[in-house]
Amino acid sequence: MTAQDKPSFVSSSYFGQFGGRFAPETLVPALDELTTAYKKIQGDASFWSEFDSLSHDYSGRPTPLYFAEKLTGHCDGARIFLKREDLLHTGAHKINNALGQGLLAKKMGKQRIIAETGAGQHGVATATICARLGLDCVVYMGEEDIRRQSHNVFRMKLLGAEVFPVSSGSKTLKDAINEAMRDWVTNVRNTYYLLGSVVGPHPYPTIVRDFQTIIGKETREQVMVKCGRLPDYIIACVGGGSNAMGIFHPFLKDPEVQLIGVEAAGRGIAGGKHAAPLIAGSIGVLHGAKSYVLQDEAGQIRETASIAAGLDYPSVGPEHSYYKAAGRIVYDAVEDKDALAAFLLLSQIEGIIPALESAHAISYACKIASSLGKDKIIIINLSGRGDKDMDIVSGAMEKKQ
Amino acid sequence: MSRISSIFAQPGHKAFIAYVTVGYPSIEATLSTVSLLAENGCDMIELGIPFSDPIADGVTIQKASFHALKKGVTPERCLAVARKLKQQVSIPLTFMSYFNPILHYGQENFCNDCASSGIDGLIIPDLPPDEGGELESLTQKHNLDLIYLLSPASTEERIRLIAQRSRGFIYLVSVTGVTGARNALPSDLEIFLRRVRKVSKLPLCVGFGISTPEQAGQIATVADGVIIGSRIIQLMDSGEPNTAQQIQAFARGVRRELDQ
Repeated sequence: MTAQDKPSFVSSSYFGQFGGRFAPETLVPALDELTTAYKKIQGDASFWSEFDSLSHDYSGRPTPLYFAEKLTGHCDGARIFLKREDLLHTGAHKINNALGQGLLAKKMGKQRIIAETGAGQHGVATATICARLGLDCVVYMGEEDIRRQSHNVFRMKLLGAEVFPVSSGSKTLKDAINEAMRDWVTNVRNTYYLLGSVVGPHPYPTIVRDFQTIIGKETREQVMVKCGRLPDYIIACVGGGSNAMGIFHPFLKDPEVQLIGVEAAGRGIAGGKHAAPLIAGSIGVLHGAKSYVLQDEAGQIRETASIAAGLDYPSVGPEHSYYKAAGRIVYDAVEDKDALAAFLLLSQIEGIIPALESAHAISYACKIASSLGKDKIIIINLSGRGDKDMDIVSGAMEKKQ
Repeated sequence: MSRISSIFAQPGHKAFIAYVTVGYPSIEATLSTVSLLAENGCDMIELGIPFSDPIADGVTIQKASFHALKKGVTPERCLAVARKLKQQVSIPLTFMSYFNPILHYGQENFCNDCASSGIDGLIIPDLPPDEGGELESLTQKHNLDLIYLLSPASTEERIRLIAQRSRGFIYLVSVTGVTGARNALPSDLEIFLRRVRKVSKLPLCVGFGISTPEQAGQIATVADGVIIGSRIIQLMDSGEPNTAQQIQAFARGVRRELDQ
């Protein structure tokens, strides 16, 4: 990737009516500084050559586009391909953004990095990059997530990060972001906030998306080589929405490619125990951005529920809200039990254990694949692997028996 | 001149602004504490509308907010509290709220209902002027002051912008950080105030971290007023039978220090 290939920087802080910068005044100068620094690296060939070189040799890019022959046979319809982000170093797409922002922080001369994490994948990716770049790392994680993703907590500590448990509110990702923002407000002069998804105040949704579009760019080249044409569908799970935006973005101008984002329907949309703001939310402001939000009739943010900690978030990146409103991306949601079934299916017939987050996309893809002709092509973004989910899945299987 | 501006009209008078979270520990406690503060030298009340995700608040106000939310405090109930208080006290009342409850209520409806409930101004910690255009014109239409915040991290450009757009006064955050009582005041506060004075004629009030009458007095030597929140919540929190006397003594102490 060269500097010329970079998406042109969106100088507006809005995507249509979504986005913006609803942040405490203390953070505004820091957000301006970040915007300026990010603009500066657009034309900085040495930055991108280091990013490309580490992406290749350290993270393990490019990731394969794998024809899932067995899954295709099982669904008996469209041909299904998996974009194998699960094969990346640290086990998920999160490393793309952590590497990009880590290098940016280093350029900006910030020695102290803070991050939030839900499932722990962004926390592990950030701790990893900080170890590699020699930066200090603090990760905020909800107590509930620490309990259900303890394996990742140990990994972060092993990598030298300090992990601070967050006990306020729902004790999940939302509260970890609150606490990270409080830390940033306090230590703004020497700290870089390495936000992990396409959420938050401008310029974060743009920066994180840009570092993740490598997924979509590779996918485009690979599907042209393998199939000689663009796919009919691309399907990705959406929590904050970084893996989805990363794979979707290079296809937005191709109307023949249907883009589908899959949120977490938890225990069912109707019962209210879910994490699907694009399906069941309304417009609001959370964590510095205007977007779809799950909120009650008094404008308080609602608690969410999902078997996948990485999807357990009551808002979503503002750019997703924009493309939902514009009708360019279609959003749907998959329940815990269906995600779990897809998790087991992929493990058993392809020998690939997906992250529970990604299993939502697999479940949805299987449903539509069966109704499509064999000439159709579906690409699923397999955003992460499921090693972290062993406890949750074994617990859920025991419950079932 | 707005009711808030008139606090600062008398030369040399330093404003004592107190914050309480509505409904913490109960609606009754809010009503009685505000009256008590007004009777003992407080010039203005900030009524905190509780929010589920108060990113600019430290643990004290976070806890008070969660408690109030559990008890079912909503913006509607906060407006009802304001209407009641308007009959009890004559000092100006403002709402301190995060932006989402206002957005969800409807900005126009909210300003309308604030005005008819006797609210004089709004303080919104996650709404910088860059995003406040719509609310600004609505507050002006309803004769409410929209008070913006400045931080020691603010650049000269930001100071000029906020000096231009803030109404009533400017809320100066004493430190980069969240709300909460602190033992020591930052040493660069005076420099910060001087930077703002250079470009603004608005009254400057300092909040975040002020926990004793002595600190208030110290700040009043350079500022036009002080804002105290977490410390008052802590006093209400003590659970001791003489809470009212403690709050009274604290308010009188602050007044005394400010008047010296």
